[in-house]
Amino acid sequence: MKNLNKTTQKLITTIAVIAVLYAIMQTMQSTGNLSSLMSGLLVPVCAYSLVAVGLNLCVGYLGELSLGHAGFMCVGAFTSAFFSKAFQESIPDVPRFILALVIGTCAAALFGFLIAIPVLRLSGDYLAIVTLAFGEIIKNVINVLYIGKDSSGLHFSMKDMMSLGMEPGGKILVNGPQGITGTPRQSTFTIAVILLILALVVAHNFVNSRTGRAVKAIRDNQIAAETVGLPITKYKLIAFTISAAIAGVGGVIYAHNINSLTATTNNFGYNMSIMILVYVVLGGIGNFSGSVIAAVVLTMLPEMLRGLSNYRMLIYSIVLIVLMLFNWAPGILKFREEHGITSKGILDRFKKHKEVQ
Amino acid sequence: MALLEVTNLGISFGGLRAVNEFDLTIEEGELYGLIGPNGAGKTTVFNMLTGIYKPTDGKIRLAGNDITGKHTADINKAGVARTFQNIRLFGDQSVLDNVKIGLHNSYEYSTFAGVFRLPKFFATEKEMDKKALEILSVFGLDKEANVLASNLPYGKQRQLEIARALATNPKLLLLDEPAAGMNPNETRDLMNTIALIRKEFGVTILLIEHDMKLVSGICEKLTVLNFGQVLAQGKTSEVLNNPRVIKAYLGE
Repeated sequence: MKNLNKTTQKLITTIAVIAVLYAIMQTMQSTGNLSSLMSGLLVPVCAYSLVAVGLNLCVGYLGELSLGHAGFMCVGAFTSAFFSKAFQESIPDVPRFILALVIGTCAAALFGFLIAIPVLRLSGDYLAIVTLAFGEIIKNVINVLYIGKDSSGLHFSMKDMMSLGMEPGGKILVNGPQGITGTPRQSTFTIAVILLILALVVAHNFVNSRTGRAVKAIRDNQIAAETVGLPITKYKLIAFTISAAIAGVGGVIYAHNINSLTATTNNFGYNMSIMILVYVVLGGIGNFSGSVIAAVVLTMLPEMLRGLSNYRMLIYSIVLIVLMLFNWAPGILKFREEHGITSKGILDRFKKHKEVQ
Repeated sequence: MALLEVTNLGISFGGLRAVNEFDLTIEEGELYGLIGPNGAGKTTVFNMLTGIYKPTDGKIRLAGNDITGKHTADINKAGVARTFQNIRLFGDQSVLDNVKIGLHNSYEYSTFAGVFRLPKFFATEKEMDKKALEILSVFGLDKEANVLASNLPYGKQRQLEIARALATNPKLLLLDEPAAGMNPNETRDLMNTIALIRKEFGVTILLIEHDMKLVSGICEKLTVLNFGQVLAQGKTSEVLNNPRVIKAYLGE
């Protein structure tokens, strides 16, 4: 119907914009016009965008606050990197990366599912509390985890490297706080962009399907949703699991782009979860394209402002405040509607412009 | 066999006995009214019938099957749908989608088919759209199918809530003060709508209402509740002339 067309139109516009940006970045990179700093950011930006899309599904459509999406990203990152490292010699590159992607995504989904089973039966802010704890726990567990591989198989320890009891020729896969080093760097910008677009399509199709409608109904009015026969827990579980899985994809992309993968507060801890929540809130709750825009702008911005040294964080915080006002302040919203500075208004103007031509 | 058989229903909230020894029998096809002063426990009875509250005592049977204390969603699947005194629509979704959510259990395709847009998705969605528009057209709401539910005027929101309840294909429809906040014209329209849906959907209706014109105009039988107890029960004309009912509720 017309309503569906509008959201589909928006999705197509977003994908087109991403494709154009991708082309520009690729040309700039191949002609050597992109600084190494910027080109180093291309894949992480896609990874953060993916996690933000996943979190937006949870916050915007399930209506539950999660403060642990960096934790799901972490699970996706470490399981996939572990797999890639463990089978580095035995499986060829392409199928190994595909398998790593599947494993990372499924592991994040599994953790999401397990956490959601007890928590989503309750109503209130329990999910925020539990996911917050989960994010911290998973990071700390990985920091004391040692896994090695030698001719007799895998060795686990949670104490130190010595207690693995490895043979001399053995290979250390996970080395406690040093994490996983030497993961094959397979997530190129192209793969990251393709997966981001795929995630956007999946998220869009999900919220505009029978299941998505049920999830939105539960968000809008749980009692009414029950009286029309919707099994509440089932649909909450499905939505949260998909949300965690998309965050897991972000983790896989992230892990296969760096040489040494460690779990620190900055990349998988509480800070990161809050950063991603900031992307979602500033990009607009329930607006997947907005999450991507916010993730791109807010990841690039501090790097672009590096030259301003001390003023960097000041400008960053001012941009945060301005973006928030632009998106949520009632006065500004009214002004935007009157002057057509909304995504719909801009799209309409663009169409008119094309018709004139 | 009666469609709804409620025997000795009761519920306590702590020390408060909100409903006590409530009996009710509704035959298939009847239009039954539940009236009484504010705070008598009418909505509490609805909440027990739909499983939102678990009754402390008593039995509820729908077409012979015991549905006492079951989950709300399962009671809906068994054939009970309702509306609310304070309208509960899915405000952020279109009018059409509100009805399609009501159709949720009658049409099926997997989440996978939805996410990857398999042919089953398009075929089923098309059928759902058709059926939803059919239901909406009974209420004259088909022209507003793409409007956000929360942007509908009040009277139409009430009608949409009834449409959504009917979409779940119920045997028994519970209407909680459908005429609340309506002017006499809207109330008259509502009476026509109720008569129409009885004919179109062949549904049995139990309604709570304070508007005596509507009650005496369309209800065939009445139960009067007062302080959680049944005060009178029977044919509308007899109940409304009962001196106890006049004293407790209607006023002399």
